[in-house]
Amino acid sequence: MSRNLKEKFQLSAKEYQDMVQQKKPRPPLLKNMVVAFVSGGLICLLGQLVLNFFIGMGFTTQEASNPTVAFFIFLGALATGLGVFDKIAHHTGAGTAIPVTGFANSITSAALEFKREGFVAGVGSKMFLLAGSVIVFGVMTALVIGLISAVI
Amino acid sequence: MNSSRIGNHTIKIESPAYLSYSGVVAGPKEGLGPLTGDYDGVKEDLEMGEKSFEKSERRLMEDACSIALSKGNLGKGDIDYFIAGDLLNQITVSGFCALEHPVPFLGIYGACANLTQGLGLGAMFIAGGYGSRVLVATSSHNCSAERQYRYPTEYGFQKPGWAQWTVTGAGAAVITSEVKAPRITTVTWGEAVDSGIKDASSLGSAMAPAAAAAMLFHFQELQIDPQYYDLIVTGDLGQYGMQLARELMERRNYQLQGNYTDCGTLIYYPHQQVGAGGSGCASSALVTLGNIYRRLNEGELNKVLVVATGALHSPTSCFQGDSIPAVAHAVSIENE
Repeated sequence: MSRNLKEKFQLSAKEYQDMVQQKKPRPPLLKNMVVAFVSGGLICLLGQLVLNFFIGMGFTTQEASNPTVAFFIFLGALATGLGVFDKIAHHTGAGTAIPVTGFANSITSAALEFKREGFVAGVGSKMFLLAGSVIVFGVMTALVIGLISAVI
Repeated sequence: MNSSRIGNHTIKIESPAYLSYSGVVAGPKEGLGPLTGDYDGVKEDLEMGEKSFEKSERRLMEDACSIALSKGNLGKGDIDYFIAGDLLNQITVSGFCALEHPVPFLGIYGACANLTQGLGLGAMFIAGGYGSRVLVATSSHNCSAERQYRYPTEYGFQKPGWAQWTVTGAGAAVITSEVKAPRITTVTWGEAVDSGIKDASSLGSAMAPAAAAAMLFHFQELQIDPQYYDLIVTGDLGQYGMQLARELMERRNYQLQGNYTDCGTLIYYPHQQVGAGGSGCASSALVTLGNIYRRLNEGELNKVLVVATGALHSPTSCFQGDSIPAVAHAVSIENE
């Protein structure tokens, strides 16, 4: 495969990859994790406040979780539409990607992006471009775990 | 008849092919960069009044072509060939732009190596006597590339520090046999090289071996060393790819010293958050046809080697687990 690397520079593909690894900057893992923990934590804290608000409105704890999730999906979609989500996410990483805000962003950004190809070939078919696999494997996992818990 | 061909890759352009006129249009972020004074036009926003980013990119290429032609008081039919390439599927930007020019059209694809592929072909047409004026153009747009190769533009994720930023802009050049200007003197056609790299966010390292191979052919076949040139630029290897190219050349005892740089590292300021630098067809086009072309005309530079580098993958080939092939072509531009 890497005929040229070998012939011209006496390097195997493996040796070249090692050379590349040495040059690449290391991702700032600790910083990324701290920022993700704090930003994700803040979203969850806000989530708790919203949940408490709905409980205060007379919902049971279980009932209140649905409007809370809907609120954060709205928030993620709004931030995406306003064009700020990607700028925040560049810094917060997993902090905004893992909560439902990230899920909302993946769907809204795809829907916005492919609006130009029309509603059928664009929005409709491309909306779940990124979120599709989350939904498929999320549902599959839930099904398997549901079956296990039913058997036990 | 074959006397112009030197070695297996290099061609000497014996009868003059002048880089007579250039047109360079940049996007808004590029307009805030250090080379802004060398662009003929800077767009205020990424949409440019168009309904899609693909159409915006067409606007960029059409504007660059118009500017280059107008500098020579040439009309759209006053050229013999139009050679153009871009990054979008089926090079649609070039195809639509060609509708504006009622002359023979050749669409090319060397990914980000389009600039030197086009300039080299254009120079060969002129040197061969098959025409006297050739218009060459190439373009890239950050958002149209992003949505085709990566994610929707508003999708939020953390880019690794070695990733690069697709440059928004377009460059066009009119090569003629008559209007004196810096001359295209040699072309070294590079081979496709498989670097074994599979990570599409690491294009600089995927293309560095192709760039080094093209430079190696160039120096060996012409029996010159890198010091012959005032400036050697690669197209869009970025900060880390550039170090890799330098190291690969060192393995073959060619020292790329202070006269070597990479176009991708020149377009933005460090605070513009572009990772390892710019990439895309416009990276080499903006720097070569803008900054370097001006410095050649002013006599600050006299001998320049441009090595535009292209990654020949597609999202499909990457998803299917293939490594990224790359190619680079070198064109030398010299003052007489």
